[in-house]
Amino acid sequence: MIEGAVWRRWVFFRLPMAIFLIFLLFPFYWMIITTFRPDGELYIPWYRANYKPFWTWNPTTAHLKYLFGETTFLIWMWNTTFIAVVATAISLFCGVLAGYALSRLNFRGAALLGTTIFITYLVPQTLLFIPLSEIIRTYSLGDTPWSLILSYPTFLIPFCTWLMMGYFKSVPKELEECARIDGAARWQAMLYIIIPVAVPGILSAMIFAFTLSWNEFIYALVFLSSPEQKTVPVGVISELVRGDVFFWGPLMAGALFGSIPVAIAYSFFVEQYVSGVTGSVKG
Amino acid sequence: MSNVTIRQVHKHYADFHAVKGVSLEIKDKEFVVLVGPSGCGKTTTLRMVAGLETISEGDIMIGNKIVNELPPMDRDIAMVFQNYALYPHMTVYDNMAFGLKMRKFDKAEIARRVNNAADILDIKDHLTRKPRMLSGGQRQRVALGRAIVRNPKVFLFDEPLSNLDAKLRVQMRVEIKKLHQRLATTSIYVTHDQVEAMTLGDRVVVMKDGLIQQVGEPLELYNNPANRYVAGFIGSPAMNFADTMIEEVGGAVYATNPTMRIRVPEQIAARMGPHKGKPATLGIRPEDLHMASGADPEDLSFEAVVEVAEQLGAEIILDLKAGGSAMVASVEPTVKVKPQQKIRLGINPAGLRFFDATTEAAI
Repeated sequence: MIEGAVWRRWVFFRLPMAIFLIFLLFPFYWMIITTFRPDGELYIPWYRANYKPFWTWNPTTAHLKYLFGETTFLIWMWNTTFIAVVATAISLFCGVLAGYALSRLNFRGAALLGTTIFITYLVPQTLLFIPLSEIIRTYSLGDTPWSLILSYPTFLIPFCTWLMMGYFKSVPKELEECARIDGAARWQAMLYIIIPVAVPGILSAMIFAFTLSWNEFIYALVFLSSPEQKTVPVGVISELVRGDVFFWGPLMAGALFGSIPVAIAYSFFVEQYVSGVTGSVKG
Repeated sequence: MSNVTIRQVHKHYADFHAVKGVSLEIKDKEFVVLVGPSGCGKTTTLRMVAGLETISEGDIMIGNKIVNELPPMDRDIAMVFQNYALYPHMTVYDNMAFGLKMRKFDKAEIARRVNNAADILDIKDHLTRKPRMLSGGQRQRVALGRAIVRNPKVFLFDEPLSNLDAKLRVQMRVEIKKLHQRLATTSIYVTHDQVEAMTLGDRVVVMKDGLIQQVGEPLELYNNPANRYVAGFIGSPAMNFADTMIEEVGGAVYATNPTMRIRVPEQIAARMGPHKGKPATLGIRPEDLHMASGADPEDLSFEAVVEVAEQLGAEIILDLKAGGSAMVASVEPTVKVKPQQKIRLGINPAGLRFFDATTEAAI
């Protein structure tokens, strides 16, 4: 907290905080207001006398009805959930095991391998989707959820591994040594001691992985083609932008409902998430 | 039988030779303390006994069985760590029960042993708490409890008291000693604190640079240090050292330097033969110095200047300057001295020790 005179608190804390919050929350506000604004208000030029961009007195549910009735939005939601959950589960499983191995087993080249895994994470997806689409085609996975479930781990596993490596390093190694003296084999020490202690780290890796796969765009755009296979980000863009016409109402409604699961995931785990990113373990 | 034998054990790291051929015989029920400065190899030695470090060379035997390749879980040992290493997600009860659960004890037996240990250590009221709700001393008790419930062959302690404050450390030291008297389990205890080593150990092993300097009972180390290092390490305040030349004048042997000329007691003088005419280090403990009176002969006293007088109540610690070397003397609390005062200190001849100037071995 800022100490001293009242004006100091206003100038150095409250005002910057307010600006930051407005900057952060305005897109959500815009999304909500557009969702409920009738088309007649959406498409008037700014110089008209009755132009009121920040509020509406005639809220409508027409855009929602259109989104849920005329498009396959609910199927997109289901697709996205299914793909994100399965891809996250696979990546977490591999990431936790790999992170543990890289941080705790002193094998030759462990540090090099850790760095290499991180570098694979840095390869841009815009380059990687070309060879990947070749592989997807070879195994006839195109236009199925599995094309994404199997390609998301290419960036999620390095990410989870890297995050878990850091977290496992913050767990005192005596905990594990003590467990092993207490009669636990290495896998038991990991299962009963290290993983329960690392839950905050695992949760934050999970939230990150889930969000990344939920919002992923390029692979989904390239690998999926039929409307009933699409995920929310791709579906909304490809079905609600026709040529140069933007269906702003349904688009924003789709964006709003598409961001709700992620928001719920964050708020649900926020405590663990924060301690996972910042905290270490006290013995 | 749970004696521990360490035979010519070495530990090499990539670029560091941490333990250089340590041999030690620890008898059944004995409490042995490894003591030395940081980096002396004491913890590495302990961890090799525990099975947490591989052994580069040599053998370690527990109960006459070579355990070099045995994983920690099969060695039947218990270890107490410096940072307690309590499992943070488990209650105190579960912390103590974990080792028994892993070894498939039945529930009633686990409960019996945990409650028994909790009784001994006076932590019965905390069994349902998590470690983070406990104070440092209580955590240390839980760590001890976790070790004793298993009734292992050997207890290993890795600086278990160094995270506690001074008062609690003294208290826990006594408790560990009592615990050992009660359970009579073979124990190996690592510390850098020589007071802890002296008070706890049946025998004390002084280590330095990966080598054992001396093994012995606490008073033996104090009275007959094998070399200058041990002499300086054991005892508080530390032994005073002065560089002298050994000379023979008229049948008597003297250790001299510009500020002192000390007559070497006869039993030591008899061993001085090869050192005559050569430099040697004179050692005298602060408690073997006193304010000289007329009764003190000239050749068992020397002059010094008081720099600081520390009044401790039961004694006064004098920091002195004798010629070029700093000296410390522990004198009667009735002595009145002022800084910069010139005084004469008498030596108790039984306290005189001499060390070879080059090998540093005791003469």
